[in-house]
Amino acid sequence: MQNYDLVVIGGGPAGMAAALKAAECGVESIVVLERAETLGGILEQCIHTGFGLHYFGEELSGPEYASRFIELFKDTNIDIKLDTMVINVEPDEGKNIITAVSKAEGLVDYCAKAVILAMGCRERPRGALNIAGTRPAGIMTAGTAQKYVNIDGYMPGKKVVILGSGDIGLIMARRMTFEGAEVKVVCELMPYSSGLQRNIVQCLEDFNIPLRLSCTVIKIHGKDHLEGVTIANVDENRRPIMETAEYIECDTLLLSVGLIPENELSRSAGLQIDNITSGPIVNQDRETEFRGIFACGNVLHVHDLVDYVTGESQIAGAGAAKYIKGLADNDPEYINTKGINGVRYIVPQRINLNGDEDVKLYFRVGQVYRKANVKVTCGDVVISNKKKPKLAPGEMENVVIKQEQYKDFDRNSEIVIEIVEG
Amino acid sequence: MKRELVCVACPLGCGITVELSDSGEVLSVTGNTCKRGEAYAHSECTNPTRSLTSTVKVTGSTLPVVPVKSAGPIPKGKLIDCAVALRDVTVKAPVKIGDVVVKDILGTGVDIVATNIAEVK
Repeated sequence: MQNYDLVVIGGGPAGMAAALKAAECGVESIVVLERAETLGGILEQCIHTGFGLHYFGEELSGPEYASRFIELFKDTNIDIKLDTMVINVEPDEGKNIITAVSKAEGLVDYCAKAVILAMGCRERPRGALNIAGTRPAGIMTAGTAQKYVNIDGYMPGKKVVILGSGDIGLIMARRMTFEGAEVKVVCELMPYSSGLQRNIVQCLEDFNIPLRLSCTVIKIHGKDHLEGVTIANVDENRRPIMETAEYIECDTLLLSVGLIPENELSRSAGLQIDNITSGPIVNQDRETEFRGIFACGNVLHVHDLVDYVTGESQIAGAGAAKYIKGLADNDPEYINTKGINGVRYIVPQRINLNGDEDVKLYFRVGQVYRKANVKVTCGDVVISNKKKPKLAPGEMENVVIKQEQYKDFDRNSEIVIEIVEG
Repeated sequence: MKRELVCVACPLGCGITVELSDSGEVLSVTGNTCKRGEAYAHSECTNPTRSLTSTVKVTGSTLPVVPVKSAGPIPKGKLIDCAVALRDVTVKAPVKIGDVVVKDILGTGVDIVATNIAEVK
């Protein structure tokens, strides 16, 4: 058994920022457990730029953004265990047991006062889509292709169809084009793209790659290797319109159809998972319903920008430090946050009204809105009502609730965010 | 003449309206929420540029490729040519972040620099 004040599970952007913040707040014994052979997580394969504009005020590539944090570890005494896979978390307040395996140390139990869950997320695979047809090689998630091209240095194919317009898919459309592939079409089931507008411009439009909305892949062709796909437009109920079916020859099908927080450890630990975010339920310190167990980054909810992951993880790191030093509120008074009328989810899901800082609520809408108001209320009190030129599912929004406002909220009420059109 | 753009300067993706004279001069820029947006609108209507990211082969390292980026913006029309040129570039480990991999790529005046380390095997 190895004893630490804080065990951080995952050494991607979330785990790194959380561990560094906790150290900065005075936590002396910290270990980061990372299953890959380097720190940095998925940033290592995200070689495009666009990271760090908010946090560093400059535009960095993924590896550059990661390296800024990796460098900071050299000035701390945080232990880092790479190639180490956590297989179980047994919550027990103040002495949680984390079980991990590694080549170097075998099976090890860690005992920790506090735990930060920072396992990130995973791409939704083909099996989750139920596409008819054969099972040939050449079908993979966009992130898998990204690893092949950017880390392993080889191209998975030459004629590419992309299903789903998530950001990784859009980025890979450009990346594969740069490496000589022909990207024939990006099909998006929904009537809008889930990716950032800038990526539609600079990854598709710049290279005349068509984006077909309300369109999906209905059949896969090919025995050993993918030979083509049949695509078709869908109606308002997302049913294929067979008259629009069209065969497209390709050797590669990339899937960019969403990300799922990786919460196997959270679930087996008994944490309640929010049905919409697919992440644990947390308060404003990103503390879960188990005292001393925190969660941050994409394991909590999928973020658009790593800068936001860093910010959120610093909140979790500071929260864990407060808990470890015995400074946490022992008698919290919680009220829930609730999204209605177009607001799909809010993080954090509950707020301790005895908190001593302003709280930023992050939320996502379920459809595209133009010139709509974001209205925040608690009971009869309107906290804010701001006009937004545009709201889209692909772009996370936030509202701030000041401490001097929420401290007096009715303990039996809830904080509601809604979209008011017109 | 009016042109509608989506700003690519940062992930916010602001919608920008640019008013152009008949000779293509920028008369006004609206809809941007920062100075970078205004600069983008001017550049996009007069001399559009993009930054380029790719990988180059590396020998003697633990990994086969190392990621690179253009140190500054490249004319949009030369983007693919530059990407094609990078396919034939090989560097030797060790590589540090910021190391110049190709100087003045295709006469654009822009250097290609490494964005990750490549350690010696």
